[in-house]
Amino acid sequence: MASVEFRNVTKTFGSFNAVSDVSFSIGDGEFVCLLGPSGCGKTTSLRMIAGLETPTAGQVLIGGDDVTHYHPKDRQISMVFQDYALYPHMNLADNIAYPLKVRGKSVTERHGRAREVADVLKIGHLLDRLPSQISGGQQQRTSLARALVYPSQVYLFDEPLSNLDAKLRLEARGFLNHLQRDMGMTAVYVTHDQAEAMALATRIAVMDQGQIVQYASPIEIYRRPATTFVANFVGNPPMNLVPVDAVHGDGQLQLSAIGITLDGLTMSSAISAALGGGKTLTLGVRPEHLAIAEPGAPNTISGQLFANENMGPESLVTIERPDGSRVTARIFTDDHIALNDAVTLGFSREHVHLFDGVGNRIPADGE
Amino acid sequence: MKLTLSAFLGRIAFSALAALIGAAFALPLLWFLFAPFNARAELGLAVPDPWTLANFVTVFGNNFAVRALWNSLIQSVGGVILVGAAATLAAYALSRSALPGKRAVTYILLLFSSVVSGSAAMVPIFLIVSAAGLMDTHLAVILTFAGGLLPTAMFILRDFIDSIPKSYEESAMVAGASPVQAFFDVALPVIRPGIVVVVVWSFVNIWGSFLIPFILLRSDTNMPASVAIYSFYSEAGTPIVTLLAAYSLIYSLPVIALYLFVSWKFGFRFFGGIKA
Repeated sequence: MASVEFRNVTKTFGSFNAVSDVSFSIGDGEFVCLLGPSGCGKTTSLRMIAGLETPTAGQVLIGGDDVTHYHPKDRQISMVFQDYALYPHMNLADNIAYPLKVRGKSVTERHGRAREVADVLKIGHLLDRLPSQISGGQQQRTSLARALVYPSQVYLFDEPLSNLDAKLRLEARGFLNHLQRDMGMTAVYVTHDQAEAMALATRIAVMDQGQIVQYASPIEIYRRPATTFVANFVGNPPMNLVPVDAVHGDGQLQLSAIGITLDGLTMSSAISAALGGGKTLTLGVRPEHLAIAEPGAPNTISGQLFANENMGPESLVTIERPDGSRVTARIFTDDHIALNDAVTLGFSREHVHLFDGVGNRIPADGE
Repeated sequence: MKLTLSAFLGRIAFSALAALIGAAFALPLLWFLFAPFNARAELGLAVPDPWTLANFVTVFGNNFAVRALWNSLIQSVGGVILVGAAATLAAYALSRSALPGKRAVTYILLLFSSVVSGSAAMVPIFLIVSAAGLMDTHLAVILTFAGGLLPTAMFILRDFIDSIPKSYEESAMVAGASPVQAFFDVALPVIRPGIVVVVVWSFVNIWGSFLIPFILLRSDTNMPASVAIYSFYSEAGTPIVTLLAAYSLIYSLPVIALYLFVSWKFGFRFFGGIKA
């Protein structure tokens, strides 16, 4: 196992900036997820760690060594590809043992080791089959087995679960989490699924337009999203974001928007600094922090009922505010059953997130 | 559904016409199958009576004819190996590397290839081969065909390789393979169906061609079968039909055998790419 570091890495394809001046480091034994929408540069970053792309500028370090211009074969890494990349002409045993073959191991050692790994992954009975003769979930485990069959410094995953159906994906995710606990491997995992990132990562790097927007633990990203982009990307359904006008006086901050009541917030230095640029802020509340409330009560948002979706343990109640924007609440009680027409949703003060005019988080008191 | 009389008659007329057209194509094929076994074969179609192998005995007794089949084989196999190997390597490089202007190169080569193997370029080819001192050698025929067939072969193969995900070789290289190892272990087996297409296509092309060997070869001992068929004419210029028929059948057997072999081994699913 080893650490990974990016130093001012830039990668351009023609005039397109895939990754712009990105620096971050991954500690030995950390499981880091690169999370972001398609085209954000996460896969390009992963491929630069693997050596499948060469940075236009900057350095990539593995275990403290500058490997920027190393060939992939000289980096001692493993990678699981999105399409699994199983060799169609080799049976599973040969597929799994291929990394040992290029390392010059004997046939007996290769097949013995392939069987060990395959047994752990519960595909030991399929070793004679060709990749075309097994299911998608089994193909996924075969490609995982091929990555685990030899010791690596870093394990790289390029959306390895995105081709599986929902049930298998959950199962595979749980297994990967177990594997990480078991092996303590250094892993870099690319995904656009925030739930996967939250479940697996020790740290998440949220990427947008070739840059890292926030790099922190999953709980930090969930509790204190650095920007409205992160707030909107992490969480399902995403955080409700409502633009509000800020008026301040007497050391108190008044936020006003039609249909929203809010107790005066203490005017912190961070807020007054943010207000220097304008009067519009963004108020954020996560759906799970909203509950049905009395009309007119403090700290509420009201509107017309738009949708009422029962999910089993909870229901998603969406209201439409007078300006046409929508706010969704996850309601964990049976309160939603009686709802019709006008609905008021309440929240408590500690669950309020504030962002300035350009979408950056305004730290709350004590942050 | 009930047929009206006119629709019924229309169908009969259509079927009769289709049968007539079918027969026009089938008759030469039938002649081709019957005549070699008929000791008194003529240009008219006749069922052999009795069936005999006498024509084949005469053909195999003719040293020049047998030698020509062997020459055809040397030139075709030589050309196929050269075209197959060079086209595979070139197409792989064109598909996988980020060479600037690689598309333009392929299309320009493709454009000129129809000229090189065509009759328009026969004089310059003759002069080049002559200047290189290769006149009347198998190598001259092989090289000329390779030059003519390579661009199209590269084009077919590059298309095929383009359709194969790069992640095969990438996963091999991440796993520790050098680019050469990744090519031979992983890429080559996956693109083999494409190579087979190119091999069959170039074999058929070289085996069946007349003009290039006719011009580049001088001595009887180097002539391929396509040229040798001309030896079955009498002094007066009339064809010796019995020998011609038998030789034609022998001459077409390798091509038929090759198609059957490929279809049995690879099942003609060309251009389909590989299902992951």
